[in-house]
Amino acid sequence: MFQNLGEMILLFGRTVRALPLVWRQRRKVFEQFYDIGNASLLMVCVLSFFIGAVVALQTGPVLVDRALGAALGGIVGISICKELAPVMMAILIAGRNGSAMAAEIGSMQVYQEIDALRTMRIDPVHFLVLPRLVALAVALPLLVLVAIMVGWFGGALVAAYNERIAIGFQAFFENLRDVVALEDVANGLFKSLIFALIVGTVCCHQGLTTRGGPRGIGRSVTKAVVNSIVLIVISDYILTRLLLS
Amino acid sequence: MGPSGSGKSVLLRHIIGLEQPDEGEIRLNGQSVQGSDVLDRYRLAMVFQSAALLNSLTVAENVGLYLAEHRLRPPEEIRRIVSEKLALVGLEGTEDKLPGQLSGGMRKRVAIARALVMEPQLILYDEPTSELDPLSAQVIAEEILSLRDRIGVTSIVVTHDSALAFQVADRIGFLHDGRLVALEKPDQLRAHPDPLLQRFLQARAHRQPQEVAP
Ligand SMILES: Nc1ncnc2c1ncn2[C@@H]1O[C@H](COP(=O)(O)OP(=O)(O)O)[C@@H](O)[C@H]1O
Ligand SMILES: [Mg+2]
Repeated sequence: MFQNLGEMILLFGRTVRALPLVWRQRRKVFEQFYDIGNASLLMVCVLSFFIGAVVALQTGPVLVDRALGAALGGIVGISICKELAPVMMAILIAGRNGSAMAAEIGSMQVYQEIDALRTMRIDPVHFLVLPRLVALAVALPLLVLVAIMVGWFGGALVAAYNERIAIGFQAFFENLRDVVALEDVANGLFKSLIFALIVGTVCCHQGLTTRGGPRGIGRSVTKAVVNSIVLIVISDYILTRLLLS
Repeated sequence: MGPSGSGKSVLLRHIIGLEQPDEGEIRLNGQSVQGSDVLDRYRLAMVFQSAALLNSLTVAENVGLYLAEHRLRPPEEIRRIVSEKLALVGLEGTEDKLPGQLSGGMRKRVAIARALVMEPQLILYDEPTSELDPLSAQVIAEEILSLRDRIGVTSIVVTHDSALAFQVADRIGFLHDGRLVALEKPDQLRAHPDPLLQRFLQARAHRQPQEVAP
């Protein structure tokens, strides 16, 4: 996977240089954007609701037992918006949409559709990679914003109705407002933008380098998702470290 | 012409720039293709063995793709040109179908229409009649001939079907193990002394009567 890192950076660079052409490809950007939302919005809500809920459930009783219950809103708020929502939603998108991108581009590669594009002097980076990367870069931060809201709500619900925690909505959100600044949300959204670019680049690159018939497509999809997840988690640490200072 | 695995497809892919030669060079009208803009100045089109239509696009979108992506014509005119080219290959009215809804022969004709839209000076056909029933194969062969006569395009047709080669070609090359063994006018090729070529032609001649026998 790491020997391809150079190729991926090259692909990303070529896509960025093609950005001025994005208006021409706006129809495809919109189609991809719609696909992403359509495939993932419901999953994003379900996933983030339960992530928020479980964070509250795990930390709530520990804090309450030590008479620190008032800090629960802030802890759930920060962990969701800076860490859990961006990472988990990026992983979800890699599995749900990144895999589809690798499969689609991979099958175009295997069935010579990409060669056909080349003979028509149409650059597959402009035609295939650019719209997908742009759509992901817009869609994932929006989905993460939704996930943050829903996650907070899930946490608050558990805090209020679990008898071992029993911290009301008002107390929960007051503490959350005290602790979580706008920068923290922006921090999470910025991370998710980077993750979107990683998922898009890894999955499109994997699709374009598919070899060896239908089985190659399967291999590509698996590698695209696994590599995306590994790179998301590694870059998450690096980003967190950089944004800390 | 040449047996399977003799390097026919690889040769076409080199001519149109999908692959680069390890040694030697490709020349178009005497000018080397490598490291120059020769491929940008000539319009080359290729009809792939598998047709290689974009499966997620309709027939009309496939055929008009070159014009649309390069912004060469306004949309209404593209529609008109697409219908015209589809009619040329006998597929009027299929504009809104998806490639998956077409037969193999129809897909190949769509691929030919897609090539024609580029108004190419050179069309490369990779096994245009393989996997087709004899009737569709005949239609495609006639199509290639009539395109030459009507719009004067040069074609390089690659095939392992010697009947097709003798039907459409002005000159026939015989490829074996990546080497061009012969390049002659059809009559002269029949009399060519190369034993491999003679065996290839004999094999076809012997096999054909058996194929039609019940
Ligand atoms: N000139 C060549 N030099 C070396 N290898 C070649 C050459 N031409 C073809 N090959 C190899 O032979 C194999 C078959 O070639 P291909 O063009 O697919 O055959 P076909 O004539 O059936 O289209 C390919 O995998 C290719 O790598
Ligand atoms: Mg071949």
